[in-house]
Amino acid sequence: MKLFLKGLALAGVLAGAALAQGPIVGVSWSNFQEERWKTDEAAIKAALAAGGAQYISADAQSSSEKQLNDIDTLIAKGAKVLIILAQDKDAILPAIEKAKAAKIPVIAYDRLIEDPYAFYLTFDNVEVGRIMGREVLKVRPSGNFIFVRGDPKDTNAAFVYNGQREILDPAIKAGKIKVVGEQATDNWAPDVAQRNVEQMLTQNANKVDAVMSSNDGMATGAAAALQAVGLLGKVAMSGQDGDLAALNRVALGQQTVSVWKDSRALGKAAGEIAIQLAKGTAPTAISAGGEKASIFKDGPKKVAMNSILLKPVGITQANLNLVLDAGWIKKDVLCKGVDPAKVPVCK
Amino acid sequence: MQNTVQEAQTNRFSFSSLGLDIRQVLMLGVLVVVWIAFQILTRGLFMSPVNLWNLSVQTAVVGIMVGGMVLVIVARQIDLSVGSVLGFVAMAMALLQVSAPLGLGLHWVISLLLGLALGVLIGAFQGYWVAYWGVPAFVVTLAGLLVFRNATFVASSGRTVAPMDPTFRVLGSGSIGDVATWIVGILGMVFIVYQALNNRRNRLKHRLPVRPVWAEWLVNGVLILLTLGFVLVMNAYNYPGTNEPRGIPVPVLITLGVLIFLAWMTRSTRFGRYIFAMGGNPEAARLAGINVRRIMMQVFMLMGLLTALAAAVQAARLNAATAGLGTNLELSVIAAAVIGGTALAGGSGTIVGAALGALLTSSLQNGMVLMGIPTEWQNIILGLVLLAAVFYNTVFLRNRRL
Repeated sequence: MKLFLKGLALAGVLAGAALAQGPIVGVSWSNFQEERWKTDEAAIKAALAAGGAQYISADAQSSSEKQLNDIDTLIAKGAKVLIILAQDKDAILPAIEKAKAAKIPVIAYDRLIEDPYAFYLTFDNVEVGRIMGREVLKVRPSGNFIFVRGDPKDTNAAFVYNGQREILDPAIKAGKIKVVGEQATDNWAPDVAQRNVEQMLTQNANKVDAVMSSNDGMATGAAAALQAVGLLGKVAMSGQDGDLAALNRVALGQQTVSVWKDSRALGKAAGEIAIQLAKGTAPTAISAGGEKASIFKDGPKKVAMNSILLKPVGITQANLNLVLDAGWIKKDVLCKGVDPAKVPVCK
Repeated sequence: MQNTVQEAQTNRFSFSSLGLDIRQVLMLGVLVVVWIAFQILTRGLFMSPVNLWNLSVQTAVVGIMVGGMVLVIVARQIDLSVGSVLGFVAMAMALLQVSAPLGLGLHWVISLLLGLALGVLIGAFQGYWVAYWGVPAFVVTLAGLLVFRNATFVASSGRTVAPMDPTFRVLGSGSIGDVATWIVGILGMVFIVYQALNNRRNRLKHRLPVRPVWAEWLVNGVLILLTLGFVLVMNAYNYPGTNEPRGIPVPVLITLGVLIFLAWMTRSTRFGRYIFAMGGNPEAARLAGINVRRIMMQVFMLMGLLTALAAAVQAARLNAATAGLGTNLELSVIAAAVIGGTALAGGSGTIVGAALGALLTSSLQNGMVLMGIPTEWQNIILGLVLLAAVFYNTVFLRNRRL
């Protein structure tokens, strides 16, 4: 069986060599069943094709063991660069060792692989929080703020919260903004967020001016809680993910901002970085998506890595056309119940 | 036995002559202590009409399901899938009623009925393996937990499906107004009096011991006062910016209806009594001619129906269905049932106790957020309360058997 597989891989290499002009880039997906990765894949393929490289892939189907085998196969098939969406950031490390021995560059795609050999590409989650802070601050420069934080066990939740505080802290220290409530939310659950916001509203006799929700799902819960006391649309609210329901709320004026991480931009950047690495560009000299490589060392183990952290986009009522033009959301979903006179995009 | 009859017939004051379940009285006592403690710690916010109104709504989803879970546990089974099934059914109802292109845009009544049917079907499916093939319920419903949670992700592509139909939303966030609240309250009080008189007459007719007259007055008087207090509190919270009282929230009315029905069912129907007989001693129940398998499957179908009803309330309350809706909810429901005195060994448990258990856990969650206690500590405290309750129940049952 193993011999047969090796033979198959060899045949793959020969066929690949015969067909391809450019380098082969191997992509190892952790679980391709999830809807979103299909968008990423299309963007990676397009970027590779534009650079004359060839795309091969494997799907680990949520198994970290299978992912190690997948990477062996991709290397055997002649991959010159690996793009890895790790199922498990620690279990993947043996594969990184192998790639390093074979001098094949590795891109840690979207999820952290904490090894200095890997090139880390993701969206800047601290920046997500900063954008939320900036947009809410624009409409509510002062008043009572409540924080609906993400899961207490999730490092991304901490990044987002730190970004929010970075922007809001000067106003908080100056006494303009008062933090009147703060709760982390188990599993980022919208129903838990709804209950917590109800309680924080009661605690403050409904005197709340802004809800700093760390994602759109929890903003859905917060919106239901606000609506029950007649405050929906009167309170500034943040979110992230570009959830369809949240974008509709942005159009309706019920949510101030939804920070959107366009996965096509991430896929395109991955393809561009892969081509540069295949050409032998030094990791420190890489640039993609308008960003230059920099050092990331905010992971749990504080390992310094070359990285590009893409800037997400804050979607507000002023730039709804971005999600519409990108085909992310259909116009009738975005504009449901919206007065076209107030929101030009919905005309 | 002879002794208790005599004691109950004396007119001297003693606790046993109240004829109450001591565990339920104790739970009520714990609840009163918790409420008073929160009232002090939150400087009067906890027992304000706003918060009690919110608390009642926050208890509704678990309250609807907990009675079903009691019956499942009494039948010596467990259902770990209820959180996932709730998410799945809520998503199904959302996809059916949300307008195109996100959903199918069907009428909300159709989506509700199909959702309830789906719940019963899932219950029947899981119950079938347990009842007819003897697959342990722990495994069947653990499989259900994985299957339905992930089926929810597949069906929705991980997206939030919203907004729900405005009329449908009444199920989760509507309330009935002050007049209807008074009508419901007065009907409730009349029912308490009728029940008391009827019960006493029946027991006397069959020469069973009855409470002394003063005890009847005390117990039913307290119940009537609680009903009156409930009506007054629900009517003391107005719609925003108006003087119009909200009254009893629709989800709370549904919960009360479900709990009263289940309490009646367990006491007064053959189905209800068979469940307890089966849980107490399955072999004896089978030999007595009870169709154990069919009853078992029906218990799971009932659980499925209640879960679907809770799903409707939850989706209506959130005004959305999300792929993760109901995650870990099975733990809250089982915890409420166990805190309410349901024995995990089966055969013993009450609907009233479980309802009090649900109210106690949601009171703790509600009060702790009001105090601004961090989530991590809330979970630690809830875990300790669960342990204390189970410890007490174990000791209580052991002492009773000695």
